[in-house]
Amino acid sequence: MMKQESVIRRQEAGVRSQATDTRSTDLPVSRSTNKHSLIGASPQRIEGRAKVTGAATYVDDMQFGPNLLYGALKRSPIPHGIIKRMDVSKARALPGVRVVITGQDFPGYTGLYLKDRRIFALDRVRFVGEPVAAVAADTPEIAEQALELIEVEYEPLPGVFDPEFGASPEAPLVHPDLGHYECVPFIFPQPGTNISNWFKVRKGNLEQGWAEADLIYEHKYRVPHVQHVPIETHVCVAQQDVNGKITLWSASQSPFAQRNLIAKALNIGHSQLRVITPYVGGGFGSKAGVSMEGAAVALAMHAKGRPVKLRMSREEEFHTTFVRQGMVAHIKMGMTRDGRITAMQNRFYWDGGAYTEYGVNITRAAGYSGSGPYYVPNIHVDSFCVYTNHPVGGPMRGFGMAEMHFGIEQHIDQMALQLGLDPVQVRLKNCLKEGQETLTGMIMHPTGLSQCIQKAAEAIGWTSPPAPPLAGEGSRTSPSLAGKGAGGLGDFAEKGVKGSGASRHKRRGKGLAAMWKAPAMPPNPGSSAVVRLNEDGTATVSIGGVDLGQGALTAMAQLAAEGLGIKIEDVRVNTVDTDYSPYEWQTVASRLTWSMGNAVLMAAEDAKHKILQTVAEAWGEDINDLDIIDGQVVSYKSEESVPLKDIVVYGMQRPDGTWVGGPVVGQGRFMPEYVTPLDPETGQGPRAVVHFTTGCQAVEVEVDDETGQVQVLKIVSAYDVGRAINPEMVRTQMEGGAVQGMSTALLEGLILHEGTPKNPNFTDYRIATAVDAPLETENIIVEVPQDDGPFGARGIGEHPMVPTAPAIANAVYNAVGVRIDSLPITAEKVWQALHRQA
Amino acid sequence: MNHTIHFTVNGEPYTLAVASHHTLLRVLREQLVLTGTKNGCEAGECGACAVLIRWPDAERFEPVNSCLVLAPEADGAEIITVEGLAQDSRLDPLQEAFLATGATQCGFCTPGILINARALLDRNPDPTEGEIREALVGNLCRCTGYIRIIDAVKQAARPGKEVA
Repeated sequence: MMKQESVIRRQEAGVRSQATDTRSTDLPVSRSTNKHSLIGASPQRIEGRAKVTGAATYVDDMQFGPNLLYGALKRSPIPHGIIKRMDVSKARALPGVRVVITGQDFPGYTGLYLKDRRIFALDRVRFVGEPVAAVAADTPEIAEQALELIEVEYEPLPGVFDPEFGASPEAPLVHPDLGHYECVPFIFPQPGTNISNWFKVRKGNLEQGWAEADLIYEHKYRVPHVQHVPIETHVCVAQQDVNGKITLWSASQSPFAQRNLIAKALNIGHSQLRVITPYVGGGFGSKAGVSMEGAAVALAMHAKGRPVKLRMSREEEFHTTFVRQGMVAHIKMGMTRDGRITAMQNRFYWDGGAYTEYGVNITRAAGYSGSGPYYVPNIHVDSFCVYTNHPVGGPMRGFGMAEMHFGIEQHIDQMALQLGLDPVQVRLKNCLKEGQETLTGMIMHPTGLSQCIQKAAEAIGWTSPPAPPLAGEGSRTSPSLAGKGAGGLGDFAEKGVKGSGASRHKRRGKGLAAMWKAPAMPPNPGSSAVVRLNEDGTATVSIGGVDLGQGALTAMAQLAAEGLGIKIEDVRVNTVDTDYSPYEWQTVASRLTWSMGNAVLMAAEDAKHKILQTVAEAWGEDINDLDIIDGQVVSYKSEESVPLKDIVVYGMQRPDGTWVGGPVVGQGRFMPEYVTPLDPETGQGPRAVVHFTTGCQAVEVEVDDETGQVQVLKIVSAYDVGRAINPEMVRTQMEGGAVQGMSTALLEGLILHEGTPKNPNFTDYRIATAVDAPLETENIIVEVPQDDGPFGARGIGEHPMVPTAPAIANAVYNAVGVRIDSLPITAEKVWQALHRQA
Repeated sequence: MNHTIHFTVNGEPYTLAVASHHTLLRVLREQLVLTGTKNGCEAGECGACAVLIRWPDAERFEPVNSCLVLAPEADGAEIITVEGLAQDSRLDPLQEAFLATGATQCGFCTPGILINARALLDRNPDPTEGEIREALVGNLCRCTGYIRIIDAVKQAARPGKEVA
């Protein structure tokens, strides 16, 4: 009977290919399949070929024809002042100028967490480079001329150029209207001050913590503003059609957030704004949220249907989109003789700049992570976001963690050495373990932090430093100096810098730093995904997240292929178009693999379920006996098979000749449902965040004690990623992040003089080049699964640059005995410190 | 003011009217719509716009930042952009190596780096690691950390050999 039915099936599925029949003997029929898993494999990036041939299209590569207008922004030359008068009539009169708009045209407020800014300054400017007007013209040259014809008269006001001063009662107010701004409930502005958010942690008993300590140490650390430096500057094109609908082509990490914020700011419906994001040439946070895109949309609304392009020059990119906030950290820590941390009291002053798209939430993230990755029973943290007349602070890879760990991780080393303890052992003793309470009262989930510390130390060849207890802070004895230069460091000395071995003036040292970071976001950021099956059995995956180079498209293709049971070559993943892509909150917080990955996997499994339901009905089998393997539905029971291409659009014929099924579309969504609010006075609550990714970096440096020059020889990175969906891409994230971290450690800092950037170009603001990159890297994956991640995965995008700077600072100390407490660690600073020491 | 220039791009001859103040970068991207060559700084500092150029009477191609070449200067020159590296659909060994080693992430610096790496291998088929690093010092990459790029160039120079 069964056999007869099989024959009928074969005949009725008339389109079944011969290949099916020839392959059917090879199909695994055991339920304990040895199905090839794509998870943990490392297929090449799916868009790689387009990128190496120049075929990949970025926004500036899109063609809009001769009708395209070129936008340009008139910017404030002063850091703080009242706009007394503005006259745009001469600009309007210039032939070829099609649009001139000012703050009068768009007076509404916007902002992601705190609505404190407008598309154009209306009555007051608050930073050098703030847009006060915009033009659109037939050529870029005419647009530039038009800017020069706009007359603006300012009345300068005293400025705020330091966050600690800004937080003091003496400081002039940057936002006198702070009390009237709309704000999300987890941000706490302090009206009448420059503090746009104050996040507090109060846990345990500080006095008791100090009393238990054998050593209490307090120090101040300073981090400058840095720039993200995506090689593609911000660029977008906006166009309004005859029905009033606006399309925005935008190099963005946040197409849906841009749609949301701009639609609200302009008071238009969300479906009246369409955001399209093709390939993006790097973001690192700078292309999150909205920076200059609102101005392009505003211009397009007056451009009579013509598209308007707004592209930032490199100089504009340096200080008018977003910068990483500067920060001053006061860290006080108590430790017992045996290296147990008893208490911490930390104050962070964030230089939020003139407005705060993300700054208030960076401040919050630093607050709820303010212990570093350690168990600290008694702790107070005060994290202040302070308005200044500096460029607008935005999110940058690490979201406050790199800045905060710079102090904490040096502090741990300093105290360990003062107590004559091994900094690695001190970290292992105190680092958070599963089940311990974090500083906000959340119970730590399973984490591989200890493993990461051990593996990083081992890989750098860490030997327990025979540190003689330092005689107070002034001692300059560096524990590992003995034996330097004689190859005492084993293999390391052999590899040497450019074969130089160890010269008389070069001293080597090793350092290490641990880290933690949670995705910093509202409690309920959502992801969704759609998986459609095509006539040929391939799948098209639609997502709302953006591949900025991190490899999201490839990871999603792997998850979809795995969930469906097809080959990765048979999966296409679309870039974002908000009219066709399902919702995604934003491509930030290292959350895509985890959150969007869950949605994609669910969508693929949903599609698979629909396919198997159809087959089960057509074949009269139990769905539990069916599976999809390499693009074919197979039955473990009847040993039948049918290729997806025959059934996923057209459906299947039942034995009675009728049809079942139809085009297969799977959908999935994910949103964390368990994050709890925190008490505004104590920062306590059961679950502050979704999870923490933890890790550790160890470095070896060579310091030239004649010049102060620091060269990084090797960086070891070890992170607990839960489960590596694509291990090679995880390693490229670790490696790229480590070099970016090294670059900020040694080279980078925006020089601001009374609010004016003095080095907005690559000659004066150096980033690491191929010559600066370390001679060697080692990237170690630790996998302690995340309970709600796809196959256990959690994020790794931002983390690799978080501990690099303190690890290098610790290594410099290890090499030459000077502690550099401000970034960047320039040759000049090291040289000066060496001379002070001598 | 406009100039008429004759030049060859990726083997195709062109006669174009160009504005005297426009750069070669702008002509390639806007007039020829060869958008693989990227605009990263317009100041010769990032290398994203690098192309290979053989000046009239010059013997060999050399890499140049096309944002620093005025369009009229390109009269009589031969130019190869990233689009000209692959022959038909066969990728240049460098392009293959970039894919195999994971040397491209966001991809925006990739065209310029491929061009400078091609120029290096053309003049020095078996460069040392130090020579590779020196050759690419004018190309900024913010994603990869350069290590994989250096590995890719080594691999392309010595196909089949183990890359350390």
